[in-house]
Amino acid sequence: MNRKLLPLTVTIVLFVAMAAFGAIRYEGFLSLQVFLNLLIDNAFLCIVAVGMTFVILSGGIDLSVGAVIALTTMISATLLDAGWNPFAAMALVLVLGAAFGALQGFLIQRFNLAPFLVTLAGMFLARGCCYLISTESIPIDDTTYAAIAQARIPVGGGSSLTIGGLIALAVVAIAMRIAHSSEFGRTVYAIGGGESSARLMGLAVDSTKIGVYLLSGACAALGGIVMTFYMLSGYSLHAVGLELDAIAAVVIGGTLLAGGVGYVAGTLFGVLILGIIQTLIAFDGSLSSWWTRIVVGALLLLFCLLQRLFEGRTPKPA
Amino acid sequence: MKRFTQHMLFWPAITLALLLVASSLFNPSFLALTWRDGHLYGSVIDILNRAAPLMVVSLGMTLVIAVRGLDISVGAVVAISAAVVALMIGGSFSATGEVQSAHPLWVALTTAMAVAAACGLWNGLLVVKAGMQPIVATLILMVAGRGIAQLLTGGQIITVYYSPFFTLGNGFLLGLPVALWIAGSLWAALHLVMSRTALGLFVRSIGGNPEAARVAGVRSAAITLCVYTFCGLAAGVAGLIVSSNVKSADANNAGQLLELDAILAVTLGGTALTGGRFTLAGTVIGALIIQTLTSMIYSLGVPPEVNLVVKAALVFAVMLLQSAEFRQLVAGAARR
Repeated sequence: MNRKLLPLTVTIVLFVAMAAFGAIRYEGFLSLQVFLNLLIDNAFLCIVAVGMTFVILSGGIDLSVGAVIALTTMISATLLDAGWNPFAAMALVLVLGAAFGALQGFLIQRFNLAPFLVTLAGMFLARGCCYLISTESIPIDDTTYAAIAQARIPVGGGSSLTIGGLIALAVVAIAMRIAHSSEFGRTVYAIGGGESSARLMGLAVDSTKIGVYLLSGACAALGGIVMTFYMLSGYSLHAVGLELDAIAAVVIGGTLLAGGVGYVAGTLFGVLILGIIQTLIAFDGSLSSWWTRIVVGALLLLFCLLQRLFEGRTPKPA
Repeated sequence: MKRFTQHMLFWPAITLALLLVASSLFNPSFLALTWRDGHLYGSVIDILNRAAPLMVVSLGMTLVIAVRGLDISVGAVVAISAAVVALMIGGSFSATGEVQSAHPLWVALTTAMAVAAACGLWNGLLVVKAGMQPIVATLILMVAGRGIAQLLTGGQIITVYYSPFFTLGNGFLLGLPVALWIAGSLWAALHLVMSRTALGLFVRSIGGNPEAARVAGVRSAAITLCVYTFCGLAAGVAGLIVSSNVKSADANNAGQLLELDAILAVTLGGTALTGGRFTLAGTVIGALIIQTLTSMIYSLGVPPEVNLVVKAALVFAVMLLQSAEFRQLVAGAARR
């Protein structure tokens, strides 16, 4: 078997095992709606994690995504309050998110700065801008937003999916296509494998590096839009710490944090595993919410150790 | 003159001085010190007291960054240490209405510090033995640590009533805050070890070129392990000061975002994030810059939310100043 597929296989097996555990242990767990809810409740996380996958594949990291989501919800709520057309508002926040990401990418690429620090400052900036707009939660009562929030797409058997969940699935599908059969995707993998060799191969390293952060910023803004559907409010404390969940989902999905190895499909399962942990804890009822964090930490440890094993005899990068 | 401006501490010190001058312009009584209730009293003392936990954490972070590492779990370790000490002290009211500690104070403090050091050792083992990237290795404890702290406290905020414990965060010794004495003596001890023993040279050589250091016979694995353990211990001490200051342990919010402030303080102080070049005094100045800025924003009556935007601007500025590419760009523009 292809060695590179092993982490992805482990992730999927783990997900199936957890689902089976839940099905045996708890009544009513094994229904289509429970699994669709995993997607519905984590739609924004899924979208953000897909963007993060590209960043991590290229060997970088983006800590600003949670703050960009919060800023998106704030700007959306403010624009709608001012009587903007909802679709114009969505388009504007998408462009703003992409521009924010591209600016970070430019700083990282042009001045050779550490992605960790640039996006950390980006996180401060975006969160701070939220507070500048308002420290209060701004409710959204736009009819279009409310209609989208309540819309249910039946998928048979009395189960249904929300528009947010559908967007998340579409993002995963598009991202898989970009990652595995486009020039951009190939260049991202090449940069993660070794930036100087990618450059020597004549690949467009500079523009791709900026593009990766642009994509992550756009995904964060899209995630923010989906979150406004979910929460119907703009609030500066939305999505605090979401960047950690997104990174965890990517790592649990089998993507190597050093870059160059991983699959977008793995990230989808990483998100679903984070979701199923919460669902299992909710079904159990006797476990407190902080067990989620401890279990996620343990899974992170497991996957990082697994990755070290796979890297095996390859020399450690300095 | 040139030697003076090229000193590592030149820019951090100038930044801090400018901030202090600006503060005293806005608030004429800013630099005033008075003697009240047997100790010094004033805005400056307040800043020093509040900056102490950040100083302690940042000193540990400086050494980790100096060996090309990073520890993003310090905030979670602060929460764990605060939870442990609050649980150990407990606090039951005796018949006379006096508050008693469940364990002797020194046992509680030592246990909390030992647990924090163990957290640091765990990080170090993942980095050195398992060969993980530092940011990944410490991410695990960052995610799980707060969960562990919440598990310890049962998700509640634990209030401490045992008054001798409050000395750490609120007490005064010889007119100065106890927390400042702790941070100061930690700095002095580290400074002595790093400048008077070979350890400082070893740390610099590991950060400069790990492979070369190893070949030259530096026991880099053992030293890196010690550095991470020390960073955990420092976070633990900060956790003691923080919980003593607020007289409680809040697993959810204690040390929130502290890892970012600590990294910022280290960077502001002039330590290179690429490892090798570090300055402990610079880090102390960096921590003071952050706290002075925070206090200034509060005292100006500007909404405290602006703080984050200012911090962001500061990080961008410092990063660009440290970037060789940016300096070249500016130098090129200046020549034209």
